[in-house]
Amino acid sequence: MWQAFNLMLLVVVPVILLTLFFAWRYRAAGGKGAYRPDWDRSPIIEVTVWGIPIVMIGILATWVWDKTHALDPYKPLPGSEPLRIEAIALDWKWLFIYPDLNIATVNELAFPVGKPLSFRITSEVAMNSFMIPALGGQIYAMAGMETQLNLQADEIGTMQGRNMQFSGDGFAGQTFEALSMSQDDFDAWLSNVRQSNSHLDTASYADISKPSTDAPVRYFSTVPPDFFSKRVAHFMGMEHEHNPNVKAADQ
Amino acid sequence: MTENASLLLGRLGLDALPFYSWVAFSGALVTLAGGVGFLVLVTWLGQWRALWTGWLTSVDHKRIGIMYIVLALVMLVRGFVDAIMMRLQQAMSYNREGYLPPEHFEQIFSSHGTIMIFFMAMPFMTGLLNYIIPLQIGARDVAFPVLNAISFWLTFAGAGLMLISLVIGKFSTAGWTGYPPYSGVEFTPGVGVDYWIWSILVSGVGTTMTGINFVVTILRKRAPGMLLMRMPLFTWTGLCSSILIIFAFPALTVSTTMLALDRTLGMHFFTNDGGGNVMNYMNLFWIWGHPEVYILILPAFGIFSEVVATFSSKRLFGYPSLVYATAVIAVLSFTVWLHHFFTMGAGANVNAIFGIATMVIAVPTGVKVFDWLFTMFRGRIRFEPPMLFTIGFMCLFVIGGMSGVLLAIPPINYSTHNTTFLVAHFHNMIIPGVLFGYLAGYMYWFPKAFGFQLDRVWGARSFWFWMIGFLLAFMPLYALGLMGMPRRLETYGNPEWQPLLIVAFVGACLILMGIISLVMQLWVSVKNRKALVDQTGDPWDGRTLEWSMPSPPPIWNFDNVPVVSSRDAFHEAKLSGIPLPAAEEDSPLSVPKNSVMGPCMGVAGMCIGFGAVWYIWWLAFAGLAIAVAAIIGRSFVQSTENDVSFKRGATTT
Amino acid sequence: MIAASDAVEEQIDRETEFGFWLYLMSDAVLFSLIFVTFAVMSSNLASGPGGADLFDIKNLAMQTALLLTSSLTIALAHHATEGRNTTRAVVWLVMTCILGTGFLALEIRELSGFVAEGAGPGRSGYLSAFFTLVGTHGLHVTAGLIWALTLIVQIVLRGIDHRLLSRLARLSLFWHFLDIVWIAVFSLVYLPEFL
Repeated sequence: MWQAFNLMLLVVVPVILLTLFFAWRYRAAGGKGAYRPDWDRSPIIEVTVWGIPIVMIGILATWVWDKTHALDPYKPLPGSEPLRIEAIALDWKWLFIYPDLNIATVNELAFPVGKPLSFRITSEVAMNSFMIPALGGQIYAMAGMETQLNLQADEIGTMQGRNMQFSGDGFAGQTFEALSMSQDDFDAWLSNVRQSNSHLDTASYADISKPSTDAPVRYFSTVPPDFFSKRVAHFMGMEHEHNPNVKAADQ
Repeated sequence: MTENASLLLGRLGLDALPFYSWVAFSGALVTLAGGVGFLVLVTWLGQWRALWTGWLTSVDHKRIGIMYIVLALVMLVRGFVDAIMMRLQQAMSYNREGYLPPEHFEQIFSSHGTIMIFFMAMPFMTGLLNYIIPLQIGARDVAFPVLNAISFWLTFAGAGLMLISLVIGKFSTAGWTGYPPYSGVEFTPGVGVDYWIWSILVSGVGTTMTGINFVVTILRKRAPGMLLMRMPLFTWTGLCSSILIIFAFPALTVSTTMLALDRTLGMHFFTNDGGGNVMNYMNLFWIWGHPEVYILILPAFGIFSEVVATFSSKRLFGYPSLVYATAVIAVLSFTVWLHHFFTMGAGANVNAIFGIATMVIAVPTGVKVFDWLFTMFRGRIRFEPPMLFTIGFMCLFVIGGMSGVLLAIPPINYSTHNTTFLVAHFHNMIIPGVLFGYLAGYMYWFPKAFGFQLDRVWGARSFWFWMIGFLLAFMPLYALGLMGMPRRLETYGNPEWQPLLIVAFVGACLILMGIISLVMQLWVSVKNRKALVDQTGDPWDGRTLEWSMPSPPPIWNFDNVPVVSSRDAFHEAKLSGIPLPAAEEDSPLSVPKNSVMGPCMGVAGMCIGFGAVWYIWWLAFAGLAIAVAAIIGRSFVQSTENDVSFKRGATTT
Repeated sequence: MIAASDAVEEQIDRETEFGFWLYLMSDAVLFSLIFVTFAVMSSNLASGPGGADLFDIKNLAMQTALLLTSSLTIALAHHATEGRNTTRAVVWLVMTCILGTGFLALEIRELSGFVAEGAGPGRSGYLSAFFTLVGTHGLHVTAGLIWALTLIVQIVLRGIDHRLLSRLARLSLFWHFLDIVWIAVFSLVYLPEFL
């Protein structure tokens, strides 16, 4: 980002300074500059003012092409086998499913430091946008559709993640904690989650689907197979199989 | 139609009145008081007849232009009240509720955006186009004067619906872009989104007709010798804007109509279930939405071009470059809509292509800035308020351009999208770019419209308040965006954000001073109009044809339509002392008669909109019937022109 | 009252016609966006019926025949007005209205039949797009009919003047435009379902 920013400063700063300088130098009341009222063209200036921006945008364009491909959020990160996480946006909270570990959590996302994370993201409600600002960019979460994101934390710590796309009354509080921890701590966290008495099933899912703000963290020790894919698929076609709890809060 | 609706009143009931919060209630009271106050004032002054014949039924492009600008200024105040309320809320809502409940805060940010784009910027632009373009090209009126009045009244009806939503019912909570599925009935069942849809649909029809009207006017009604490459830059940008309107507005009509069909008839265009496709809305909306940005800003560029040449007392530098740059921007504006949703998960190729296409627009825009710069070079610059706004624009706009290029880079966009960085960027384009341009145009052409100048001191004060206020209000938002603060946030728990939000609130207060200065400027100038009077019709030593006639111009504009033989022909005529030759005309001078078509269609549009919002179907059908009957009735009117030849010369100086 | 000279009238007509072309361009953009939406939604059946289950080729053939013929009759009406032949102009315009009404009647019958079968516009994204596309075209045809009826009355009351000629020229342009849109509907919406 700062490369692009600095490159543009090369044009922006001179423009601002020249504007102020010209305004002062050629002021009608006592300005010192020459006065050429009929001077309205100069091939050299014309070529320069078209040329410089074209060259700059040309440089930026190649840079953009490379960076867009290098930083494509869908591209798996190099390194060890990624930890797969499935995120479902609810009103107004996040459900995280760890399909390989057969657990799920609400509003708490823990992962080992240095481990690539591979997210599949969808929404049960309005469009959301999933983001952990400290780790990288955002991606939309849309009902009936699946988007992907690959992230990795290089340091241990607690970060805030949130929905970035306005989605209703509870939007402001739709945050979660992203915990980057050592492998040992993660294993301890995992066994803690597995001791939970709650299981993710139709009843508990209906319960967490009820619109609520600032929802507390919850752990589920088991998850039905293909839960995420089924939540994506159920929007396609089966109009009448609709979750009655997923309704606007103010009705 | 899930709710129980009565035949007579649809879903309208007493619960629609805003007793839910004192803030909303006082807003409603102020709106009501404003409306009633206006009616009482006109009655008290006994001016109903004058208002009706002189303004409401007038089809004179100058009167219509002034009405557009009055509407825009009123809505500017209304939209600004929303803005400062949001800034206050965010300045105080660290770890607490603030003074606005979420639902009210949501209505405010939705109505702020909707008003500023559709009912402030659009009418302001259309008003300036209306007043100035026929004068600049040497025309007696626009091509379709009655259609022009209808366009105004439909815009007015849309704005009226917005204002009514403050008193009866609630406004949308879905933001000015109305993204589904949130804006669908499943998540927002009330009337709010319907108000949003119908107010912009009704006014959008009017805007489309304005676009058609001005393309025909500019291409067909120019004075003899006014070749395309001799047209003033403002006319050129108006032409490009109008062409964009013709091609872009159908996309807005289609996307919002489909949303209305989803909401009202239970269709499945953009619903989560039933085979809807949310992304299709975003594509359609931004196929309109991106060109819309250029529809607004191109005329502002045109104004800056006029102002910078006039107040540098110099020919405009690089006229052909400016024309081509305008055309290039207009074409490119249709190729970049996807950059509004890079984060939907499209592939890297698609995102990179749209990102680069977006950055390419920076080239012609940059050229324009340089051309203005070199117009100032070796000029004699007079710092009248319009020129101050222009210089302020040039300094601030490049900052916005830079943040725009950054946002166009997909990897950066992934982090800055939906943050206040984005908010800061587009306000950086729309306040210094669009609004400074329109205000410069307003102060530049005011003496033409009213025959006296606006007060300089208050104009300069207004500029400085706007300039510094803008910097204080939006530079912190750039920083907050980089810190990860989302837009549309009612409360937050991050202590680092609050100081910056307080600075932004102070900035908003300075902008308030800027608006008060505008009001003061008008007040003081009207009071001192004798001293500020301009007898010449050319107070700024102007260069284009509008300055060749008395101020205010007669209803038929030109006693004799001039023959033009060069760019800046009027300026050259002044220098040489030889007046512009008059074109031969083969008909008696006539002006279009007043018409009730405008108010009729306005009432019809209002009935259709209000009926559709509240499911009062008889009212909506009555509105439709009025519209159809009015059009058919109009087609039977034989005599639409008044001969005014006998008056010609009476006002010649 | 002073009538403006013929040259001015002619200029006004030319401007109006140019403006009308611009309107048609805008309308063409509107239709193409609805077509694109239809294409995007064409497989979003939501387990509901698709076009192949619903469409009746006989109805389609009749609708198309009526509308195409009406394009011919309006051209004849236009031709008749240019020859200042009032009776013929009225007759051909009336024919156009009858054909257009027939087209609309068939369309309304078809669509209401779908609704009765439970395949209304709220059934699926596909049907929403179908009803909207066909309905938008139908509304345009309705507007054209109202326009044609108005012109018939004006011819009867005032005969054929130069303003009427210009109006009829624009109406027939509009009508041909709707024909072209219908051909697109025919080949992009209906035809693939029968192949």
